[in-house]
Parts: sequence; structure tokens; C-alpha cells
Amino acid sequence: MYTFSNKLKIGSFIAMALGLICLATGFLNAPSTVEEAKEMVAAAHDDGHGGGHAEEASHGTEDAHAPADAHGEQHDASHDEHLLHQLQNRPWAALYVGAFFFFMIALGVLAFYAVQRAAQAGWSPMLFRVMEAITAYLVPGGIIVFVILVLSVLHMNHMFVWMDADTVAHDKLLQGKAGYLNPTFFLVRAAIFLGGWIFYREISRKLSLAQDESDDNKNFVKNFRWSAGFLVFYLITESMMSWDWIMSLDPHWFSTLFGWYVFASMFVSGITVIAMVSIYLKSKGYLENVNDSHIHDLAKFMFAISIFWTYLWFSQFMLIWYANIPEEVTYYIARFQDYKLPFFAMVAMNFIFPLLVLMNSDYKRVNWFVIMAGIVVLLGHYLDVFNMVMPATVGDQWHIGVPEIGGILFFGGLFVYWVFNTLTKAPLQPKRNPFIEESRQFHY
Amino acid sequence: MASKVIQALYNDDDVLMHAVKKVRAEHHHIEEVYTPFPVHGLDKAMGLDDTRIAITSFMYGCLGLIVSIVMMNYIMIADWPQDIGGKPSFTYLENMPAFVPIMFEMTVFFAAHLMVITFYLRSRMWPFKKAENPDVRTTDDHFLMEIGLGDNEKELTALLWETGAVEINVTEKES
Repeated sequence: MYTFSNKLKIGSFIAMALGLICLATGFLNAPSTVEEAKEMVAAAHDDGHGGGHAEEASHGTEDAHAPADAHGEQHDASHDEHLLHQLQNRPWAALYVGAFFFFMIALGVLAFYAVQRAAQAGWSPMLFRVMEAITAYLVPGGIIVFVILVLSVLHMNHMFVWMDADTVAHDKLLQGKAGYLNPTFFLVRAAIFLGGWIFYREISRKLSLAQDESDDNKNFVKNFRWSAGFLVFYLITESMMSWDWIMSLDPHWFSTLFGWYVFASMFVSGITVIAMVSIYLKSKGYLENVNDSHIHDLAKFMFAISIFWTYLWFSQFMLIWYANIPEEVTYYIARFQDYKLPFFAMVAMNFIFPLLVLMNSDYKRVNWFVIMAGIVVLLGHYLDVFNMVMPATVGDQWHIGVPEIGGILFFGGLFVYWVFNTLTKAPLQPKRNPFIEESRQFHY
Repeated sequence: MASKVIQALYNDDDVLMHAVKKVRAEHHHIEEVYTPFPVHGLDKAMGLDDTRIAITSFMYGCLGLIVSIVMMNYIMIADWPQDIGGKPSFTYLENMPAFVPIMFEMTVFFAAHLMVITFYLRSRMWPFKKAENPDVRTTDDHFLMEIGLGDNEKELTALLWETGAVEINVTEKES
């Protein structure tokens, strides 16, 4: 049995508290009137060299922020309103990116876990309890994401423009999509997705624990069937979830590849977290039967799915760039102009770094190498979510500042607390999984 | 120069593995082992060095990447920068996404083919090459271990019988 180390517990509470404070600061600093918004932008550009805007300077030589005067010249009311909404969205978007990122990790792990069960993999049963613990975060994480979606529907923010009846009334395109993109149906779908995922997670966990106590393999077989069924459900709902929760932030834009792209992002983050948690537990002496070959396999998955993510990222980008159809290409123009650094840093962190670091077979067995690659991959995929959400919600008013870091800290702390708390609930090694002996002796 | 070798035949890969370990423990030098299929762990038991073919492949891949970049930069940007369907051909970077499929394929092409050729060269394999097979049964169901022989024939024969050999031959070998 795992005992939650006090240091980690206190650390996670501190992270949550700090994160809450940062997020609250973000909400308090958001402007409530057009005048305040204009002042904020003017202040940010006037003393861009000092004060609290050091982070802006660190964004380098981007010219996107430079033409401050362009804002000053020709104001009209709608421009100001737009700016106000962007600034008001910033803490919300920071909250949403953090909430979605950690939720997505748990969901990616759930998919990986179901694949391992459905494929009857012989190497991974030793890690099932770690995966089950990480997927436990689906419940609080999913509920938080759902609450944010409900608050968006209740017009607490302007993240999803199609939720604004007034906007839709003046927008032919949004009217055309209203059959799918309407608040009620949106929430019903979200509830079905979350309900299905959490249902599978709970039933699989229950069967997994029951298998330990039983004297036949009935629970194992049942779990196999549920997992295979879940994968079908998951592939459909995950795709729709990505349209609903992320693509609909840019409701004029669409991409067929988007569901897989989001899937690749969550899958690789999830596998990375499995590897990192396993290495941590092993270093504390809790997973004595997990050997370097298990870590090697996880690192191979990290390497391969990183490349898979890049393949989808590039396929989506290149097709749109090549054809250059105005209604599609605006998505990337916004990112190229205002998000140059995060956009390209993400490719370096999610592709070039893991490609070079994890290519060597020996390095995949060196635990600190895997941890280091894992940290970069996770930061890269945070940036990925950031790049998906921010351009549509805050536009060129983005920073990685107090609210964004607050979002990472709060949800990171909650994630760590929830995952490691669940780890204490069951023995870390399944007792009588039919493949447990194969997994124990697994050697590559 | 002709040298004498002793050849022990086995009919089970497990027995062979134990024999290899035992002969190595007695500090005899195993010249070669012939098997009809890859025996997992045999290279470790024989103490062979790891292959470096993956490293050559990586370098060939880098070469392929460079070749594709230089080629397309010369053709599309430097030599004749036409406007083809509005694609920006002012610099390589501007038009890079269009080149990526070729960059990728050339990398894989070079990495794969040159590695295979390296493998053929290093293992001395080519068409019309005379097969080096001491016993035809080693391609079907027998395993053969070959040890160089000095003046210790008796001792070695005894040792090999002990390891479960089904047949032992001493032959002259051209080399």
C-alpha cells in the first residue's frame, strides 16, 4: 500500500492555495467597463519596459504588440467592446486552459488504459493501478470543466461567442450552425460525454479491484469487454468533445482533423504522466516490480505519440496553408501574427525535443532522461491547449502571467492531490491479473 | 591458411544456449554459431558487441534531410523562383511547408536504403555469393557451434559431448 508522503500533500495544498490566489487576482484585475479596458491597454503599452509587464518584454521582438498607437488612432465603440471582452475573458480562459489541460491528461490515460486492457497487453498490468489512480481525476476535473461550461452558457464570460443570442442574430453562419451549437444541446452532450467516461472509469476500477479478490477470471473478461466498448464510445465522443469544447471557440472555423489532433495531444500527455508517476513511485520504493523495460516501453510510446501529434499538427496546418482558403486560413493567421513564440515553441517542445532526446534506446531507460523529456512534453502540450483556446478568447491580449500560472498551479495541485490520494486506496500491484506474471518478468 | 575447427551440432536452442555459456565459461573461443532462426539472447551469451547499424541509419537520415533541403532550395528558390499558384518562393522558409513531405520521404529513403546496403556490406552478402554453410542441416533444424582447435582435441570433444551435442566433427577449414 502506498502512503501519501506529507511533503507531497502539503506541496499540493500550497500549489492549490497559490493557484487560487493567482486566479482570484486575475478575476479581480479584469476590467468591468470599456474605459478601464482602454486604460489597461494604454498602460501596458506606455510603460511596457517596467512594472508588472516584464513578461511582455520577454515575449521578445514580436511586433504584434508594438503597434500600440494603432489602437490609439481610430477607435470605434465596437472595437472597444471587443477589447473589453478579450480582457474580461483572460482569467476565464486561463482557468479553462488549466482545467482542460489536467482533465485531458486524465482522459488520455483512461484511453491508454482501455487500449491496454482491450489489447491484452502483457507488459502493462504492473502499471494498471497507477493508471487507475490518474484517471480518478476525471471526476473532479470533469465536474470543474462542466461547471465552467455551464457558467459560460449563463453568460458569465464571452469565451464562446455562439452562446450570445445577440451575436447569433447578426451572424448567418452561426445561425446555420445553431442546430448543433445551441446551449441546451451543448450541455446535454457534455453531460453524456462526461457521464460515459466516468461510468467506464468507475466500473473498470471496480472490476479491476474485484479481480484481485475473486478466484476466477470473470471480472477480467468483463473488464476486457467494457474496455473494448468504451474505446468505440470514446473515439466518437472525444471527437465531438473537441468540436464542442475547443473548436467551437472559433465557431466560424472548422477542421476535420481536429478531433484526432486533440486526441494525440491528450494521449501523449497522459502517457507522459503515467511514466512520470511510475518513476516517482519507483524511486520511493513502491513499485519494486516495475523495471527499466516498463519505463522503456512508456518512453517509446511518448516518442511515437509525440511524432504522431506532430504528424497531425502538420497535416492540419499544411493542408490549410497550402490551399489558403480564406475561411479556413484565418485560424492560422491569428496564431502566426499574435502567437508566434508559443506557436513555434510548441512544435520545438513537442516534436524536436522528444525526437532527439528519446530516439536513443539507452536513453529511454535512463529515468531522469524520461522525466526531463516528460516535463518538456507536458509544458509543450500545455502550450498546445493554450494556442487552441487563447487566440479565440483573448486574441492579441494574451500573456503568460498571473492568472495563467495560477491555473496551472491550482489544477496541478488538485491533480497531484487527487491522484496520489487515490493511490493510497488500493495495493499498487494487482494480485491476480492473468498477465501479472508476464508483466512482472517483462524484459525488453 | 587452413586451420582445424571442431563443430558440435545441437538440435535444441535451449541446449545450444547452455552449451555456449559453458564453453565460454571454460574460456574457449567460439568462432561461429550457425542457427536456422534467430535465437533470442545468443549474441549476449556469446559476448558479441552491440550493433551500431542504428547509428549509421541516423546519420544517413541526416544526410537525406540535407540533400532534400539543398536540392529544393536550389531548384525552387535559387535557380528559378517562379510564382506557381501564388506560393511564396522568396525564401526557403516561406515555402517550407510545401517541401516537408519531400524532406520527410528523402530522410526515410536515405536512412532505410543506405542502412540496408551497409548491412549487406558488413555481413558480406550479395547475389552469387558462395554460401558459407558448414552443414546443410543448420538451415533446417540443427544448431552448430564452431570452435577453433589447437592441440586440445580430446579435452574439447569431452566438454562438447557433456554439453549435449548430438554430433561432433573435426574438419579442416579454409579461410
